[in-house]
Amino acid sequence: MKSIRWEHFVLAFGLVLLGVAHAWGLFYAPPEAMMGDVGRILYVHVPTAWVGLVAYTAAFVAAIGALWTGRTGWDAGIEAFAEVGVVYNALLLFQGSVWARPTWGIWWTWDPRLTTSAVMLLLFVAVLVLRRTVESPEQRLTVSAVATIIAWVDVPVVYFAVKWWRTLHQDFSSPETVSNTMVSPLRLAAFGMLFLGIGIAALRWRSAYVRLADQSDAPELPDAPAQLHLHPDREA
Amino acid sequence: MTALVTVLWKDLLIEWRARSRAFSLATFALTVLLLFSFAVGPDTATMRAHAGAYLWLSLLLSSTLLLAQSFHVEVESNAIETVMLAPTAPAAVFYGKALANTAQLVALGLVALPATVALYDASFREGVGLMLPVLALGAAGLAAPGTLYAALTGRMGARQLLLPLLLFPLVVPCLLASVKATTLVMLGDPMTQLPSWLRLLASFDLLYWAVCGVLFGRVIEQ
Repeated sequence: MKSIRWEHFVLAFGLVLLGVAHAWGLFYAPPEAMMGDVGRILYVHVPTAWVGLVAYTAAFVAAIGALWTGRTGWDAGIEAFAEVGVVYNALLLFQGSVWARPTWGIWWTWDPRLTTSAVMLLLFVAVLVLRRTVESPEQRLTVSAVATIIAWVDVPVVYFAVKWWRTLHQDFSSPETVSNTMVSPLRLAAFGMLFLGIGIAALRWRSAYVRLADQSDAPELPDAPAQLHLHPDREA
Repeated sequence: MTALVTVLWKDLLIEWRARSRAFSLATFALTVLLLFSFAVGPDTATMRAHAGAYLWLSLLLSSTLLLAQSFHVEVESNAIETVMLAPTAPAAVFYGKALANTAQLVALGLVALPATVALYDASFREGVGLMLPVLALGAAGLAAPGTLYAALTGRMGARQLLLPLLLFPLVVPCLLASVKATTLVMLGDPMTQLPSWLRLLASFDLLYWAVCGVLFGRVIEQ
C-alpha cells in the first residue's frame, strides 16, 4: 500500500477549499452586475490563471537551479512545475472560451491576454516535448533548463507586443477590482487552487525525481565486449 | 572580438563556398512567397495589404532551414569541438554565428523584397530605405534565439521538428513587430507608429542577444 505523504494532505486541503469557495461563489455570492451568473466563472478562471503563472515561475526558478547546480532535484522541478503550468494553462484557455462565447459572442479572439496564454502554452509544451526527446540525463537537464528560461523570459514580451497590436480583454481581476461580496470566495478559491497545484506538483516532482535519479545512477554500458568481466575472480 | 570576427568570417566563407545551398534557400523563400497568393485568392487589394506578412512568414519558414544548416556543418564532422577548443569565450562563438545568420537572413530578405513588390504590387510609401533597419532588426530577432536553439537541437534526431516547435512561439513578438513595421513602411504611416514598433524589435533583440549569449556556453558544453 502506498504511504500517505504530506502532499496528499495539501492536495486534499486544496480540494476542500475549492469545494467551499465554489459553493460560496455559486450559491451565496451575488451574480455579477453586467454578466449575471456567467460571471461566476471568475472563481475558477482567475485562480487558474494566477496559479498557472506561479507554476511557470517555479519552473523558471527550478531551471536556474538546475543549470547552476546540475542536480536531479531541480531537473525534476522543471518537469513537475512545467507540467502543472501546462495543465492549468490549457484549463485557462478552455474556461476562457466557455466564458467568452456567451459574453463576447465568440469562442476566441486575438486579445493580448488570450494570445499570450496560447503562446505561453505552446512555449511550455515545446519544453515538455524537448524533455521527452532527449535521452541523456545531463543533456536533458541542460536543454530543458535553457528552453524553460527562454520561454519564461518571452512571456511579458509577447504580452506587450500583442497589447500594442489590439486589445479587448478587461483588466486583471484582483481583490481591488471586484466587489467586497465576491472577494472572499475568490480568495478562498485562489488558495484552494494554489494548494491543489502544490500537491500535484509535489507528487509529480517525487515520481519524476525517482525516475530521473534512476537514469542518472545507471552505470554506463561498457564500450566493448572485452570489458565484460563481471566476476573476474571466478574466471581466474 | 577577434574570435567573433573570425567565427563570423568562417561561417560566411562556408556559405559562400557552398553557394548552391544559398540558391536553394532563396528558391524556397520565393516559392513560399508565391504560395500565399494561391492561399489568399486573386484579390489584389488584400494581397497588397498583407504583403509584409507574407514576406516575413516566408523569411521565418526559410530561417529554420538556414539556422539548422548553420549548425549541421558544425556537428557533421564534430567541427564544433575544434571551434570550442580555441582559447576563446563561448559567447564570442555565439555572437559570430548569430551575426553570420543575421547577415544571411538580411540577404535573403533583400532577395525576397523585389519578389514581394512584383507579386503583391507592394509599394514603399515611407521610402524603401526604411526597409533596411526593419529587415536588420527583424532578422537579428530571429537569428539570436534561432542560433541558440539550432545549437541545442543540432545533435538530436528530431531536430527538424524541434527547432520550429521551439522557435516559432518564441519569436511571436519579433514576427508581429516586423510585420507591423514592414506594413507601415509599405502602406504609409500617418500616425507615426513605426518608431514604436522598431523600439519593440530593438528591445526584443537586446533581450535575446543578451540572454542567449549567456546561455550558449552551457548548451555547447553538451
